[in-house]
Amino acid sequence: MASGFPPILTGRMTEAPGDSHTIARYEATGGYTTLRTALSGMTPEQVTEQVKASNLQGRGGAAFPTGVKWGFLAPATPRFLVVNADESEPGTFKDRQLLERDPHQLIEGTVLSAYALAVHHAFVYVRGEYPKPARRLQRAIDEAYAAGFLGSDILGSGFDLDLMVHLGAGAYICGEETALLNSLEGKRGEPRIKPPFPAVEGLYSRPTIVNNVETISNVPWIVANGGRAYASIGDPASAGTRLFSLSGHVKNPGNYEIPMDLTWRELIYDIGGGIPEGRELKCWIPGGASAPWFVPAEHLDTRVTKDDVAENGSMLGSGAVVVMDDTTNVVAAAHRIVRFFAHESCGQCTPCREGTTWLERMLWRILQGHGRPQDLDMLMDVSDNISPGLTWPPAMTTICPLGPSAVSPITSIMKYFRDEVEEMLAAGVTT
Amino acid sequence: MTADTLAGWSAANRRRAEAMLAAYPDRRSAVMPLLYLAAMEHGHITEDAMREVAALTGMTPAQVQSVASFYTMYKRDGVGRYLISVCTSISCFLLGSDALLAAVEEETGTAGGESSDDGLFSVEHVECIGACGGAPALQVNYELVEGVAPDKGAALCRWLRDAGPEIVLSDEMQQLFGGRRSFDWAIREHEGAVAPVPAFAPYGSSGEEGA
Ligand SMILES: Cc1cc2nc3c(=O)[nH]c(=O)nc-3n(C[C@H](O)[C@H](O)[C@H](O)COP(=O)(O)O)c2cc1C
Ligand code: SF4
Ligand code: FES
Repeated sequence: MASGFPPILTGRMTEAPGDSHTIARYEATGGYTTLRTALSGMTPEQVTEQVKASNLQGRGGAAFPTGVKWGFLAPATPRFLVVNADESEPGTFKDRQLLERDPHQLIEGTVLSAYALAVHHAFVYVRGEYPKPARRLQRAIDEAYAAGFLGSDILGSGFDLDLMVHLGAGAYICGEETALLNSLEGKRGEPRIKPPFPAVEGLYSRPTIVNNVETISNVPWIVANGGRAYASIGDPASAGTRLFSLSGHVKNPGNYEIPMDLTWRELIYDIGGGIPEGRELKCWIPGGASAPWFVPAEHLDTRVTKDDVAENGSMLGSGAVVVMDDTTNVVAAAHRIVRFFAHESCGQCTPCREGTTWLERMLWRILQGHGRPQDLDMLMDVSDNISPGLTWPPAMTTICPLGPSAVSPITSIMKYFRDEVEEMLAAGVTT
Repeated sequence: MTADTLAGWSAANRRRAEAMLAAYPDRRSAVMPLLYLAAMEHGHITEDAMREVAALTGMTPAQVQSVASFYTMYKRDGVGRYLISVCTSISCFLLGSDALLAAVEEETGTAGGESSDDGLFSVEHVECIGACGGAPALQVNYELVEGVAPDKGAALCRWLRDAGPEIVLSDEMQQLFGGRRSFDWAIREHEGAVAPVPAFAPYGSSGEEGA
């Protein structure tokens, strides 16, 4: 969409907005031809080779190389493929658009992936708050079954695949892949201790691949055009395009598909249109609520790539960019994010369960004008308890990264806006 | 067994329950869809509902309760006919979600998370609903409306009270009360929610306009 780049994921929905979700439009624009070609002329290994060569990295948050993950899949059968459509990281709304506006792209990607992985039963786990995306996807799945792209003996190839939509019921933690698998097994959505990784022991203890909606939606293009072509797009270490969700104090919020070689200045000002009402940029979150924040004085000319962002102590995460202008009360903003993690903690690990609650209460107290000078040290102490050493990436002492994620807004405001926090404390103490 | 357990259920939901149990490699996996079906039958997740789901899945009632209580969308207490969920997460917060929540609570008389006296409304604040580009956003029976100014939020509640739609349609509410959207929805949809349960045909919780 932006920068005159031929889009991989969003082309059809831009060109045929009225019916990009239908099988008729999908087939009329070349959809399912890749599947035909692959099933008749490629071995599963050849499909996997293309995905490996593409350097595609997972779009669910951890940016793990998809081909490498697929290579870890244990040989035992049956095995499963689960598409993660739990999209709940505050600021993220890209998978919703892919589900609503081009569900067949995801289905074709799923069948190709399942073929490569010798999987015959796949699931899409859609968050419960997404009934409309789930309906769109279900209708598309029904169309695909009727047309012979799903079910038994797909296109006469002898390959079988069943694909099923499973709705969540309101729990962010179910986006974490092992929590998701527990949820799909009919259990509480609590993360499992890793290892074993899902590729070895996943759904029903069988080998399982979990991939994000956007990750799998890239697969048809990769198989059609070759992994090398995909790898040549964007930054060498961050191949392909990514769908960024832009929100907050920005003139043009929305999802933007861009190659990963722009700067933050270009993303926020050229694509996002800058800050509304003539106000100034104060800070932004580069990769979802879990990510440490960036500030204009240091990061506007940093490049939007996995490595550049990591070198600067944060991550692209789920691709959610939340922009805050100079009127933002950063303590209130940090409180909102910490409150989220406190609410969504599954409670298995004491530092996460207790720590996030403590952090939320302390920030609330400061916001209410009842902060105490020692609160600053206490915020850091409790944070250090959840995320020992306060390093980035965090040293993991909890079962999953949710706990350490809650610390990102705290370390961010203490690093860049400590004077503002101190001012609030001082104001609170005198009243 | 299904027939006895589900004596009180509608024939359509009994069929759906059978289909769910058959569709998963392990019947325990059907517990989440079955809880939605049970919520449709009982209005919310009652003790009876959990016992029925336990019998169907081969779980104990305590196991079902432990699962149900983990997820916020399985309502253990009765909810109003229209469940209004206002997002107050970071992006919506930055664009005035708290004023929207206050306006909705005031219009419905539900401050403090209670249901309205007439049983029409329940109001809750929720974490991010994936509509951050159209902040502030809310859902009615999980059907989305984006770019909702506080006065429009109040007007939406009045409209629900006066018009009393049987099927809550996202597009209709967006057109009447919404503003900026996260992306172009492009396609008008005629399927919506018939209860405060996510509207999804396999779960018997959706209705189609004019159908
Ligand atoms: C707390 C938490 C929440 C997560 N939520 C999501 C999510 O909503 N969607 C998603 O695709 N991945 C999410 N992930 C990442 C998944 O665990 C997993 O890495 C991902 O689905 C793998 O797919 P990918 O390799 O294609 O990115 C989350 C991880 C954590 C720790
Ligand atoms: S870190 Fe928090 S969310 Fe993750 S498993 Fe532990 S308690 Fe649960
Ligand atoms: S923050 Fe409100 S929808 Fe995402």
